[in-house]
Amino acid sequence: MTPTIKVVRGGWPSLAGGGVLAAIVVFLAAAPWFVFSPGDVTNLVTLFALIILGTTWNLMAGYGGLVSIGQQAFIGAGGYGVIKLADIAGLPIPVAVVAAGVVCAALALPTSFLLFRLVGGYFAIGTWVVAEVFKLVTQELPGFGGGSGLSLTAFQGVDRVTRIATVYYLALALAVLVVLATYVLMRSRIGLGLTAIRDDPTAAASLGVAVRRSRRIVYVAASGGAGLAGALIAVNGLRVSPDSMFSVQYTAFMIFIVVIGGLGTIEGPILGAVIFFALQQVLDSYGTWYLIALGAVAIAVVLLAPRGLWGLATRGRYEVFPVGHQVYPQGSPQEAQSVDFEVESRR
Amino acid sequence: MDWINAVLQGVLLGGQYALLACGLSLIFGVMRIVNLAHGVLAVASAYLAYWLVQQTGMPAFLTIVIVIPVLAAVGYAIQRGLFNPALRHGELSPLLVSFGLAVIGANLLQEIFTADSRKISIGDLSTASVELGGLRLGAFSLLTLVVAVAVIVGLQLYLSHTRIGRAMRATKDDPEAATLMGIDERHMYALATAIAIGTVALAGVFLGMSTQFSPTYGDLVLIFAFEAVIIGGLGSLWGTLLGGLVLGVAQTVGAQIDPAYGVLAGHLVFLVVLLFRPQGLLSKAVVA
Repeated sequence: MTPTIKVVRGGWPSLAGGGVLAAIVVFLAAAPWFVFSPGDVTNLVTLFALIILGTTWNLMAGYGGLVSIGQQAFIGAGGYGVIKLADIAGLPIPVAVVAAGVVCAALALPTSFLLFRLVGGYFAIGTWVVAEVFKLVTQELPGFGGGSGLSLTAFQGVDRVTRIATVYYLALALAVLVVLATYVLMRSRIGLGLTAIRDDPTAAASLGVAVRRSRRIVYVAASGGAGLAGALIAVNGLRVSPDSMFSVQYTAFMIFIVVIGGLGTIEGPILGAVIFFALQQVLDSYGTWYLIALGAVAIAVVLLAPRGLWGLATRGRYEVFPVGHQVYPQGSPQEAQSVDFEVESRR
Repeated sequence: MDWINAVLQGVLLGGQYALLACGLSLIFGVMRIVNLAHGVLAVASAYLAYWLVQQTGMPAFLTIVIVIPVLAAVGYAIQRGLFNPALRHGELSPLLVSFGLAVIGANLLQEIFTADSRKISIGDLSTASVELGGLRLGAFSLLTLVVAVAVIVGLQLYLSHTRIGRAMRATKDDPEAATLMGIDERHMYALATAIAIGTVALAGVFLGMSTQFSPTYGDLVLIFAFEAVIIGGLGSLWGTLLGGLVLGVAQTVGAQIDPAYGVLAGHLVFLVVLLFRPQGLLSKAVVA
């Protein structure tokens, strides 16, 4: 007798996990009223920006197989873009932030035609060169403040509490939206194709997945996400300079967040961003040693726990954002023991 | 005359880039690993040489006798201990590991040597020049170019004519078949990395003698070296030499137009090569 199997996507454990996450979001939305100081609120914007950066970098590297070390091109473009859109075009800050993300996605499309001529590590370096070109051009363009950068003036005359609250809720909303949009994308037909690309690009192509087009979609989407994060960082810090906004340091952060949390999962980058943010708050005073430790941890995770901490904790069997299908055996216990596999193979 | 001078200076600068890039080219050619720690290793070599000169007062050029073997050993250890295990997890892992190494290396250098700029003193040689038809060519830059060509010729001869070189190429073409022939793949990879990092050490010491360097200087080295490799053609050592020269000329000619455009002109030439000849100038390989 063939054992009956039950295929489950999500189910109540995922709903419970989603409920916990929703509760955390509600708490974060309410918290500025009674818990956090203005300083904490400003710090948390950084966390939300990191979640956006990690989620979108993972979308690109974890699912699309595109390791970019040049997303700072779009972080910088988003940062400069939001200041120009708010101060020169006079857009309200929330509109300007979203518009900056759209501009970055639009910039990423032509860039992709150039960079997609490279594969693997050479693609990585190509993205970095593009980021350097963005930085050098920004320095040379008239009206962009040269080497010293720009300040955001649109908030002048707005009182401090309103300013901080605006940026906080904007960042929280965008982080939630980016994660949910990634989830919806991954459950769509494109997402299924991306999951196949993650596991084996050649096999995916042979099954009719449009590998190049799917990759272009995630590259453009991830660059838009980096632009949003850059815009948030700029309106949170009120200043941009070429060396800080186009810093390759952001790439280091994104890689640490995604690799430590878990490459190729939606939950991993969120977990990674929270861990990274917490470590940063605690260990920032140690400066260089903190970065040395972070580098060592990242190497250890790559070699010893390639699925990251989320993968280590759940062994691929639990998802808050159910994308894959789980297969459970039904019938007699002997049969149940003999059928123990997952439909979706994970690295 | 200014333009001829700019081109000639570019060729000399290109010698330095080619010297910096050939190790990267070799590692990629044999193992398909993109080593993001390349620039940091070059700068670390410069610091080691600087430290040796400071501590022992030995002549700057003599330091390569120590720096090259030390870095080659480091390269062997990195390959055996980190890159070989990472290769088992797919091609993404070595890239991430090397990025981790680059972050660790740059911050360790900053911790030990502070962020101040240093330079290895070579006395009169840094200002000596050779007169050529009314143009003055820096003697040290000329020496760097000669060393770069010598290293690339040496690597080519080594790869094509020695037993180990043949074994390396065999491993590159088909690791499994090479293993069946009794070649220890992991040892071959580690040897290739040791040789590559040895050339990086040499390049790093020369870099430290020609310019001011700081712990974060490795980023720039990495970008320029990669541009040289890609302009020239993936995995081709002669291509890397040509790529270095093209990049050097692009930068000096760009700087001749406006000093602020030097580095940018190099990047743009790189992007133009990507657009029209993505396989590089001297490579027949299909890239994407």
